[in-house]
Amino acid sequence: MWNFPLLPEQASTVAPHVDLLYFFQVGVSLFFSVLIFATILYFTYHYREGSNIDRSRPIAQSLLLETTWMGIPFVFGMIMFFWGAALFYVDYEAPPGALDVSVVAKQWMWYIQHSQGRAEINELHVPLGQPVKLTMTSQDVIHSFYIPAFRVKQDVLPGRYTSLWFEPTKVGRYHLFCAEYCGTNHSAMGGWVEVMEPADYERWLAEGGTGPSMAQEGEKLFVQHHCAGCHRGSQTVHAPRLEGVFGKSVPIQEGKDVHFVTADVTYIRDSILRPKSQVVAGFEPLMPSFEGQISEPDLLRIIAYIKSIAGEETPQ
Amino acid sequence: MDTATMGHTDAAAGSALIPLLSHQFDDVEQQSYSSILGMWIFLATEVMFFGGLLTSFGIYRYLHPHEFALASHNLYMWWGFVNTIVLLTSSLTMALAVRASQLGRRTELVRLLLATMVLGTCFLGVKAIEYTTDYHEHLIPGLNFEVPEHQLGEVVERGLDPRMMQMFFVLYFFMTMLHAIHLIIGIGMLGVMAYLAHINWFSGGGAVQIEVGGLYWHFIDIVWVFLFPLLYLISGK
Amino acid sequence: MSTTVLDQTAAAGHKPPKPHRETYLDAWTVKSWLLTTDHKRIGILYLISITVFFLIGGVAATTMRLELMTPKGDLLSSPDAYNRMFTLHGVAMIFFFLVPSIPATLGNFLLPLMIGARDLAFPIINLMSWYMYMIGGSIAIAIILFGGIDTGWTFYTPFSTMFSNTLVVPAAFAVFFAGFSSIFTGFNFIVTVHTMRAPGMTWFRLPLFIWAHYATSLIMILGTPVLAIAVMLIAVERLLRVGIFDPALGGDPILFQHLFWFYSHPAVYIMVLPGMGVISEIVPCFSRRPIFGYRFIAYSSIALAILGFIVWGHHLFVSGQSMYAGLVFSFLSFLVAVPSAIKVFNWTATMHKGAIRFDTPMLYAIGFIGLFTVGGLTGIMLSTLAVDVHLHDTYFVVAHFHYVMVGGAVLAYLGGLHFWWPKITGRMYPEMFGKLSALAVFIGFNFTFFPQFILGYLGMPRRYFEYAPEFQVLNVMSTAGASVLAFGYGLPLIYFLWSLRKPPSAPANPWQATGLEWQTESPPPTHNFEFTPKVEKAPYSYSPVAVEGFDGYGDHGSH
Repeated sequence: MWNFPLLPEQASTVAPHVDLLYFFQVGVSLFFSVLIFATILYFTYHYREGSNIDRSRPIAQSLLLETTWMGIPFVFGMIMFFWGAALFYVDYEAPPGALDVSVVAKQWMWYIQHSQGRAEINELHVPLGQPVKLTMTSQDVIHSFYIPAFRVKQDVLPGRYTSLWFEPTKVGRYHLFCAEYCGTNHSAMGGWVEVMEPADYERWLAEGGTGPSMAQEGEKLFVQHHCAGCHRGSQTVHAPRLEGVFGKSVPIQEGKDVHFVTADVTYIRDSILRPKSQVVAGFEPLMPSFEGQISEPDLLRIIAYIKSIAGEETPQ
Repeated sequence: MDTATMGHTDAAAGSALIPLLSHQFDDVEQQSYSSILGMWIFLATEVMFFGGLLTSFGIYRYLHPHEFALASHNLYMWWGFVNTIVLLTSSLTMALAVRASQLGRRTELVRLLLATMVLGTCFLGVKAIEYTTDYHEHLIPGLNFEVPEHQLGEVVERGLDPRMMQMFFVLYFFMTMLHAIHLIIGIGMLGVMAYLAHINWFSGGGAVQIEVGGLYWHFIDIVWVFLFPLLYLISGK
Repeated sequence: MSTTVLDQTAAAGHKPPKPHRETYLDAWTVKSWLLTTDHKRIGILYLISITVFFLIGGVAATTMRLELMTPKGDLLSSPDAYNRMFTLHGVAMIFFFLVPSIPATLGNFLLPLMIGARDLAFPIINLMSWYMYMIGGSIAIAIILFGGIDTGWTFYTPFSTMFSNTLVVPAAFAVFFAGFSSIFTGFNFIVTVHTMRAPGMTWFRLPLFIWAHYATSLIMILGTPVLAIAVMLIAVERLLRVGIFDPALGGDPILFQHLFWFYSHPAVYIMVLPGMGVISEIVPCFSRRPIFGYRFIAYSSIALAILGFIVWGHHLFVSGQSMYAGLVFSFLSFLVAVPSAIKVFNWTATMHKGAIRFDTPMLYAIGFIGLFTVGGLTGIMLSTLAVDVHLHDTYFVVAHFHYVMVGGAVLAYLGGLHFWWPKITGRMYPEMFGKLSALAVFIGFNFTFFPQFILGYLGMPRRYFEYAPEFQVLNVMSTAGASVLAFGYGLPLIYFLWSLRKPPSAPANPWQATGLEWQTESPPPTHNFEFTPKVEKAPYSYSPVAVEGFDGYGDHGSH
């Protein structure tokens, strides 16, 4: 039996596309390597010193040849560039409706929480056939979230969010690695991704007990940190309501100008940690900074809460 | 001159006939060309050296304009301005020194070199005063940095990041100190040249050597001409 | 000009009639070595120093490969020990071996000889370059003795500035000094090529070795200062605990990656361009015919130097830089394929209708062309965005850059060393053993690094002390190959030293090569030439195969 795999399992929607491009490249590379090796071997044998062979009229330069062998790599290069770029571009943004999962990396473990509330360490359970979007940050150094079977990888940085998405296509257990060197136990900072049938996934989520969802936890924190005091319509403080804000365009006062930014995870994060850097037009910069007061996982929970009320109408 | 005899003798031995012609060169002309080209290449390296820093500065300033502007207001713009004038004047005396060396006016050359050195030292003196003030005002990162009291209100009110104000000073000190080190080297170099000119050591009047030194000096000035507006003249909206 | 024939008996290629011919190797006092300003002696000083670092880096590599025989950590006591080992391997091999390898040894020795000069333009600065290297090298060795560092050669922040508790600041200084040694070398080369060419040595009569070194020097003087600044900023952040790159202190860790790769990507070309120069000398000499497409090879060196400066962002595809930056850097990276292909195809075409000899240098050169081709083609895969997302920071990358740096730079270095050994030392090396070493290096290298391509695509990340059991078979293959490779490296070390036991007897021009360096004695006299050479022919005018109508590469009579 042939048990010597040359590529990891194809377990995501992207994987076959990446592999196809890779095989194309391997093919092209093989062709040119063999072409060059064979030519060299032929020349070295045919034109070895002392061989009785016609050596008349050798050429030392040829514009035609030079142009040809400049043009061919260029053309193949461009094919590969557009192919690779198109794949990258198409797969850059997660499709709407993807399952939200938060990831917090620290030396040397992955803390993962599902939006339904269940948290796990160094394991990631995901349902088959549904896009999953990870929002990731690190508490210390740079890590990198890498699932070879899905052909996806993204560095996880301290102090900001990066994201990654995939859609699993095959039930199974796959490696999760940290791909960016992060210190002593870098090689141990990994685990498993478990792709399950959606029903199994639901069961798995439920096994964690009927605890609160991330958004519910976030709401609790929202009250605990006194966010609710102002952002839920206060008599004394004029603060923007957060219902229906997430994902929308928000007007920002910048001196006398107003410009718009999308209220995404990065914006919400910045607004909590550095509230005065981007003040919504029409409001006073009154909110204090929460820098250093909310842990990364809690921050993600609060953001999950704010996201959960994105569908609600802003009460006037 | 001596070069005329070169054609009829072994070049390696010929170099011994001309004082100050290094053995690897065929003639004085080649040596001068090499020296001047060498200085230009060296300055290209220096540009990249400061370039990396200026890029970092530019990126952080772009990301945090308010903090950088506010931090910059703690610098004494007038000291910076005085220093700019001082250095520009030193460039003038340096240029005149190069001219004097070309015309073979040795006494004038020595005086102009000394004047350039004095101006350079003045610059360092002013910089020392500034650094001392910064120290007393607790503006030195890693040592005693605190956001000045009179700015605390504004920092809190506008929600500015004090760490980015410190970042301004990290880059300010790194760049101005690097510049100062270059200036100190320059002053030392001019000192040696003034002495050599004084004892009439240069065979050709030192025109090439002084020109090479002048290139370096002008470069230091130009770096300051970039640093001054970048560091001192940041307008905060 | 100063071209005169003083002594007719000193004509080039003439057997030395005198029993006591003066050579640059005559003086043997310690002072005569440590205070020498002779480019040839400085080349020898560098040769000895970089060999020491090659051995240090080699020991580290061997330890790593032995550790990786099994998935669990068992040879080394802790992951920290392994992390220090791969950092040591990277720092020693890149900053203290590969960057100075060809330029500072062969380049230093040959550049003035090849252009018919008596020395470099600034001999004292050249000596200072070696001292800078030695200061940096001494710090590096002190770091090893006092516990090592564990950041990887890339010093990524904030790990290096805030989290590692090893000797990062001394390492920053070691790299800083090593950087200045290469700035001094590059600076000297550029000026020398501009001003010190012998009469008749026009730009398009320069050997391609010189073109390659000129391009390398451009990178050295323009890229290295940025690295110097980046490592100094690391030292400042670490020492003063003030934010520059650490996000917890308001800094941006990606900025460091940009500054670092702005140098370190061009540094790849510092390592491989001189090797391409060496190959461009060896291939026509052992094919006994003019090189094919001289101008294209010359310009492609410059093109690589320029392109090298604008593709650094392809190291950051998954770092969190913007998608558009990724697209631009990917596009630019594909352009690198063009000048690289020019070289490979032109070398191959040079063998057409030649009369090919298979001496050791040629075997190394053929090995270079093959391995560099694989290194280059896999580089194209890594420039491709979607594929790189999967391959970034895996063993595929490790294999790729070893194909370029070892398969490319080291093979060229060894080939060049064999080619010019008679010139440098006046001794021939044993040809049989030479061929054996070339063969062992080629086979051992492929066995070591080819399995790593597969490992990488399977998803094994780099810098792993322990790994998943299914990766073991390929890792064992790799380690087995490494032992053959070590044998291949060991051989020349022994027979080169062995060849020194007898007095010099090598002819001035054992390969019947056309370069100016072969027209003086082996080893050359202190002032290189008995008289200033005059150049009247295009380079590589090899005559055994008459090339009809060959009158140079369009330098004169180009209409």
